[in-house]
Amino acid sequence: MSIITRRTAIKIGGAAAALPLIGSRAFAAEKVRAAFVLIGTPDDNGWNYGHDLGRREMIEALGADKVETTVVTNVAEGPDSERVFRELAQQGHDIIFGTSFGYGDAMLKVAKQFPDVKFEWATGYQTAPNLSIYNARFHEGRSVLGTIAGAMSETGIGAYIGSFPIPEVVMGINAFHLAARKQNPDFITKVVYVNSWFDPPKEADAARALIDQGVDVITQHTDGPAALQVAEERGIIGGFGQGADMSAFAPKAHLTSIIDIWSPYYIKAVKSVIDGTWAEGSSWEGLAAGEVVIGPYNEKIPADVVAAAEAVRLGIIDGSVHPFAGPITDNEGTLRVEAGDVIDDGEFWGVDWYAQGVEA
Amino acid sequence: MSATLLIAMLITMIGASTPILLAALGELVVEKSGVLNLGIEGMMLTGAVVGFAVTYTTGNPWLGITIAALAGAAVSMIFAFLTLSLSANQVATGLALTIFGTGFSALFGSEYTGKPLELFKSIFPASLAEDPYLRLIFGHSPLVYFSFFMVFAVWWFLSRTRAGLILRAVGENDVSAHSIGYSVIGIRYGAVAFGGAMAGVGGACFPLLLTPQWVEGLTAGRGWIALALVVFAAWRPLRLLAGAYLFGLIATMELYTQAAGGVFRIIAPEMWASLPYLATIGVLVIISLGRSANANAPACLGKPFEAGH
Repeated sequence: MSIITRRTAIKIGGAAAALPLIGSRAFAAEKVRAAFVLIGTPDDNGWNYGHDLGRREMIEALGADKVETTVVTNVAEGPDSERVFRELAQQGHDIIFGTSFGYGDAMLKVAKQFPDVKFEWATGYQTAPNLSIYNARFHEGRSVLGTIAGAMSETGIGAYIGSFPIPEVVMGINAFHLAARKQNPDFITKVVYVNSWFDPPKEADAARALIDQGVDVITQHTDGPAALQVAEERGIIGGFGQGADMSAFAPKAHLTSIIDIWSPYYIKAVKSVIDGTWAEGSSWEGLAAGEVVIGPYNEKIPADVVAAAEAVRLGIIDGSVHPFAGPITDNEGTLRVEAGDVIDDGEFWGVDWYAQGVEA
Repeated sequence: MSATLLIAMLITMIGASTPILLAALGELVVEKSGVLNLGIEGMMLTGAVVGFAVTYTTGNPWLGITIAALAGAAVSMIFAFLTLSLSANQVATGLALTIFGTGFSALFGSEYTGKPLELFKSIFPASLAEDPYLRLIFGHSPLVYFSFFMVFAVWWFLSRTRAGLILRAVGENDVSAHSIGYSVIGIRYGAVAFGGAMAGVGGACFPLLLTPQWVEGLTAGRGWIALALVVFAAWRPLRLLAGAYLFGLIATMELYTQAAGGVFRIIAPEMWASLPYLATIGVLVIISLGRSANANAPACLGKPFEAGH
């Protein structure tokens, strides 16, 4: 494996092209070559870390004699990424993972030019004969967090620090809030958008603004522990880790975390290339497949609350609990989902309203 | 809105304003000497990562701030050497300094990512610092009191001392200052070093005052706001203080009004977010319409000086 930057990708490409001439051609052909394109660096403790960990576990599971990987870090979304995908395809990679939403246009374009290379677009929305998409049901984890928040909040006011009002975030808010209301029917969720995926000082100030106004449980949809650290400093009931376990930053306030596990998908995808069975597809797994995992519970959470959270988690896994089961009324009083009905996977991406009790 | 909430909001606002105030004060002195350093963001990131590393390693935030100041001054010397000794283009060199600082801090800081730190809290006794009302006076980080002191010190230096007069003379007319025997290059070196040190301390505010962690790109563009603020303040230290707090207030209002909900949502958060930039444009328009257009802008700003011309 090698971790390379965009600039050195070209040089390494030249070296890699020369390799088969030196070594045994048969040996080189047996290995599947997988490339991973990251928007940041693997040491971010969040999104990129999760994908890189998945890659490493994939190598471990399939064996270093079966697969070799290339990682390209700090690739900006948009036209800049197109060169990177084309270079990786030209270098003879068999499968290329693009791990950010904004790589889509570039990937779709390059996939057309290299029909023999498989492309995999994380959080994407459009497939092609040699391009699959994969995502995780993070909102299922939000239901577990909401259960804990609803049961533990003393003020009855929780908060959700969002990045941008896109469907995934809106549905994360709704899943969190609906689960909290099952524990406390008067629960209120205050929403603050920071209009950024990454602005730690602003996330921390958002947490201060919320705690100053009565919030005692916080969750966030931005990467990083900034809000949790404020929760720890202010001594409120707590908050949750996002993407990874963040208890090191807030031993008292860290109640639990949603952890992204990408290795099951990476193992499946690369294995299908090895076996020659790869096919265009769309994967959206959650708690049941182990792609979304709830981290350890803080020992200060009472046993009955842990039991309620576990009941939701196991219920989602066996299908008896649905995060968006009706009746659901929106925060303007309109009945959106009838009793007995649910928001299914198709409707999920079109939801542009918040459930009753969400202040956004 | 209750009095305690108002006080809580003011404390958050003062915290948010302090790093940009410190960095902008440094840049103000740099620009008064006739040099335009666009590398604030890079120097702030250097100060942030060095401040974090030293405080994390030694447990002493005072030492962390001191070394952060020295580190900010040290990287500013790269800029000074290129632009003052070699007469390189200041705009291009400043931008390069930002790119350098971003890369250096990411490289140097990689082993500090994911490590927690303690905030540098008020040094007053808890009975004063945590009182719901008195904390407005006593509840701040030492960095906040330092920023107040520096506003006064810079104002006094520029307007009340002979050394300040010389520095301003160098910025207004470098050839004249040189012809009566002042070392234009030497004075500008000193100003750039001061600006670097202040940007370093401003950067150290991020892990010590705002969010006690290190991640790549922690300052998230605040250096550019500091740069805009100097123009906004028309190169006047006291107006800079007001401007920094106005910027901080608007940024804080964006979050507090969202959290408050209800009637406080009349102004959209996106509107609050764009206000600082609209305000800067507004001030620029007012300045250029005024009778003494740009009267306070240093005449030699951004122009290289070579003795012997």
